Amino acid sequence: MNGTDSRQQTPLAPGSPAPPFRLRTTPEQAISPSDFAGQPVVLAFYPADWSPVCSDQMVLYQEILPEFKKHNAQLLGISVDGVWCHLAFAKNRNIRFPLLSDFEPKGEVSRAYHAYREGDGYSERALFVIDSDGSIFWSYLSPVGVNPGADGILRALEDLANRRAAA
Amino acid sequence: MSTTTWQAVLALPVSPARDHIRGPVDALVTLVEYGDYECPFCAAAHPVVEAVQRSTGPMLAFVFRHFPLTTIHPHAEQAAEAAEAAGAQGKFWPMHDVLYANQQRLEGPDLLSYAEALGLDVGLFSIDLAEHAHAPRVREDFMSGVRSGVNGTPCFFINGVRHDGSWDVASLLAAVQRAAQVAV
Repeated sequence: MNGTDSRQQTPLAPGSPAPPFRLRTTPEQAISPSDFAGQPVVLAFYPADWSPVCSDQMVLYQEILPEFKKHNAQLLGISVDGVWCHLAFAKNRNIRFPLLSDFEPKGEVSRAYHAYREGDGYSERALFVIDSDGSIFWSYLSPVGVNPGADGILRALEDLANRRAAA
Repeated sequence: MSTTTWQAVLALPVSPARDHIRGPVDALVTLVEYGDYECPFCAAAHPVVEAVQRSTGPMLAFVFRHFPLTTIHPHAEQAAEAAEAAGAQGKFWPMHDVLYANQQRLEGPDLLSYAEALGLDVGLFSIDLAEHAHAPRVREDFMSGVRSGVNGTPCFFINGVRHDGSWDVASLLAAVQRAAQVAV
């Protein structure tokens, strides 16, 4: 994935309400962040199912899933790929968290999160942690060719837990 | 609200008490690799690291930490535990080399045959594997990698800072030499 970073925009900032959406994850099933009431939701927008960097990233997240679960967080991957593509990719890489299809209208949810590359026609590599009250707690935009890893997400989930404990 | 930028640096400092270190403990430059025995890119990196160490001599210490991606590599976890089981008998590096030399043969019987060839106490070795005696250590390595910003394998850190460039011999050697100049 070789995009130029000059067109990168700023992802929707912490404190903003998380734009609501419902997207398909299989031909029969659609998922919304609001389905996970009371849980933090991690949104991982990524450019494409089969490109090498993305697959490393989603494989890494699958590997770290137990750590997300410790925070009771729900992870959702999002790209503009169709559901059949997602199913084949998830099966091939043993990915067992939902991959959502921002397919029709194409990129609409990615745009709402300021995580869409207009010229390229695919999602940015952008991460969001949504608090259980539906607001964005943390966001991060990675250069599109760089796998952002998971440490930022884990730190954000810890910060969120600390803030709740202090409240 | 959280900040959104950070530097990818080693979250768990290298320590002779826990780490497998090839080269002088007080070397000018420490190269840490997070790797997976079933990852083809890591197998490709193995002779690269050896070549870099040959070129640099005693100024470089190499540290290997486990980062098994079990989602795509079903043998990686047990291979990592096997390396640690060999390490418990003082043969981490010989097993490390054997595992990368035989990446296509990482089944249980293969691991036992390597243990035997290396002169290990095979009974003890197989008990360690069966009881997952070294799984906590492998997990500790893995999580230290996650917290350090490891984003795939192999992932290198040179004097504690993630190396995001290429890792062919020339690139890695140049990066090590730059780190040595800074460290002098």
